[in-house]
Amino acid sequence: MNFDDTPQEAEFRATARVWIGANAPKQYEDELRKSSLGRTVLKNANILEVAKAWQKKKADAGWACLHWPKEYGGRGASPIERVIWSQEEGPFGQLSRMFIIGHGMCGPTMMAFAREEHKRTYLPPLASGEKVWCQLFSEPAGGSDVAGLRTRAEKDGDDWVINGQKIWTSGAHYSDYGILLTRTDPTVPKHKGLTMFFLDMKSPGVEVRPIKQASGASDFNEVYFTDVRIPDHQRLGEVGDGWNVSLTTLMNERSAIGAAVSTGFPELFEYCSSLMLDDGPAIEDRAVRSKLANWAVKASGLKYTSMRAISALSRGERPGPENSIGKLVAGSMIQDVATYALDLQGAGGVVSGEDAELAGRFQAMLLRAPGTRVEGGTDEIMRNIIAERVLGLPGDIRVDKDVPFNKIPTKGRN
Amino acid sequence: MNFDFSDDQKQLRDQARKFLAEKCSPKAVRVVLDGKAPYDKELWKGLAEMGFLGVAIPEEFGGAGAGHLELCVIAEEMGRANAPVPFSSTVYLAAEALLIAGSDAQKKKWLPAIASGEAIGTLALFEGKGNPAPKNVKLAAANGVLNGVKKPVADGAIADFAVVAARTGSGGRDSDISLFLVDLKAGGVEVKSLTNLDPTRGQAEITFRDCKAEPLGAAGEGWSILAQVLDRAAVLCAFEQVGGADRALEMGRDYALDRIAFGRQIGSFQAIKHMLADMYVSATLARSNSYYGAWALSTNAAELPEAAAAARISATQAFQHCAKNNIQVHGGMGFTWEFDCHMYYRRANAMALGLGSLSYWEDQLIDRMRKKNAA
Repeated sequence: MNFDDTPQEAEFRATARVWIGANAPKQYEDELRKSSLGRTVLKNANILEVAKAWQKKKADAGWACLHWPKEYGGRGASPIERVIWSQEEGPFGQLSRMFIIGHGMCGPTMMAFAREEHKRTYLPPLASGEKVWCQLFSEPAGGSDVAGLRTRAEKDGDDWVINGQKIWTSGAHYSDYGILLTRTDPTVPKHKGLTMFFLDMKSPGVEVRPIKQASGASDFNEVYFTDVRIPDHQRLGEVGDGWNVSLTTLMNERSAIGAAVSTGFPELFEYCSSLMLDDGPAIEDRAVRSKLANWAVKASGLKYTSMRAISALSRGERPGPENSIGKLVAGSMIQDVATYALDLQGAGGVVSGEDAELAGRFQAMLLRAPGTRVEGGTDEIMRNIIAERVLGLPGDIRVDKDVPFNKIPTKGRN
Repeated sequence: MNFDFSDDQKQLRDQARKFLAEKCSPKAVRVVLDGKAPYDKELWKGLAEMGFLGVAIPEEFGGAGAGHLELCVIAEEMGRANAPVPFSSTVYLAAEALLIAGSDAQKKKWLPAIASGEAIGTLALFEGKGNPAPKNVKLAAANGVLNGVKKPVADGAIADFAVVAARTGSGGRDSDISLFLVDLKAGGVEVKSLTNLDPTRGQAEITFRDCKAEPLGAAGEGWSILAQVLDRAAVLCAFEQVGGADRALEMGRDYALDRIAFGRQIGSFQAIKHMLADMYVSATLARSNSYYGAWALSTNAAELPEAAAAARISATQAFQHCAKNNIQVHGGMGFTWEFDCHMYYRRANAMALGLGSLSYWEDQLIDRMRKKNAA
């Protein structure tokens, strides 16, 4: 048992470290390091432009999308090298956030299902960040129940005509392309009538409207489709096989091993270490210490769970199911941590924004936190996944499984 | 990076699991649970023959000289089987104290006897309510004799010798405490069995009356030795707790698959699925924290105090969580004497206190994290 790199890993790490040291946008390092959930901002620069410039620089030097094949703009690196890169990239990895969906989900789906000429055309600019992609799955009628979606695609000559609405589309407002899951046959059971496409987000009939979130910010969008035409050669997979295609996408979403999840704990520990309460330092207070200790072991538990997965990658094995707990644990934890940080501030905790304690770091965290427990699979869906795939418990009883989609009730009560 | 046990260590785990499945069935555990024997003597003998008792004891003292990672592997299996033997007191506490502070003669006398299963050892630290602290040690040592009462002493009624924490100074400083080695069969002690949460592991009250004792380690060094022993035992106990948590989770899962209610497997209800998923989450966090503790223990890393406290807290929580919800999944049957669920519930809650309670370790963890940050 050890934490040491193999000689090859050490060599890769050294090379990456040298390159990052010479090329990363250091002027933003401090701000990026201090960013936390709900608050990643650069005071004097447009983060989108900084992110794109960093991604392009990485791509030109062969450090973009490390795990992709070289001919599509990647490096053909091993999974463990990808992990080492992200460890070395450190705070600058925050700049990759706007590319996560494109690189983590759209790219792999294109690689698995697009025509060769499309892969060669679209993947390199996706890897280099020159083009940004989004994923259009969720709908008002289908969130956790993605297969309940209603956006229609109807064949018209060599094209498909799209009508409907998507929601919770991250980054649609700055995306150039998207992958789109549609219903092509409403007369068969819901999982069987779906088809996947990719499309140009600038196509006529696509309208993007930002959603104002409960936090006040807008990271997500609604996307409306009115008679949008997509050529049949942009179809991904067979007609009616969209559900299986989407599983490829979603499996890639969950395979980002080693990606550090935010728990809020380092921020809280740092805060409590200097905070004075009415009757002394917070860190001396028995109740504070107990709370901190409980969160400390969750944070370290996640860290070492991820190290176990990385070890499996390092041996060339597939990681076990342990990593599925990360989002579930971190999501509710960061919400609790933020709530507690404000509790420690007493009545003054109600003030948010620049005038607040630590410029409103924990207030911003609190307001953003509910989203982390929903996006990318709700806590409840994550528990179902653990129960079914890890523990082997039966799937939920699905009353709509064998019913034609257009016969499924659409209202809970009248 | 290879943050995992080696193939050889995994083989040892399989071997231990197979051995315990055969020799330590729930039926065998129940002999001790029902008070028909103070511990499982046959199993103890078998563990010695397998080399498990001395797995981390150097060969020169009669052990297998394998190491602490191997001991962690065995500990997990002991916890999984809920083994009714004085393994933790003898191997994690007494043997570790001897390895850290024993003279060559003391090691030669006791370590081979531990490895061969001939001697049971324990640590006599607590004196009633309270957590590990110098001020809580009242038992006095003067001129080589001890006077005072220790309770609870794990496996005290069956132990052959004890490492005893005694007061040699008058204050509450670490340096006011020294350790002594007492042959419990040599007179000067009175031992009384105590009923306790977990009858598969006895607890006793030991009264020392002008009891002859030899020093273990230097005078005034007792507390610093104890702190090391407790950290090492915290990691090893964490592996037992992880093993117990995993077993409790498996029992709950299996029952949820077998039991039909309302016309379906109860494991198909989200209320049950989500409860079991949460058990898996805490068991996984505990395992990962314990692995880190194992790494720190086996390499004698400077991180051991922090790693041990984290493993202790995480594994205590996980075992308690899994043991109590295993009963909940079983419903009424889980609350009967006949079903095995309560054996894990008892063990989980007894272990949660044995080396000091959760709140004590929470406090320790924060102290240790601050110390690291200050350094």
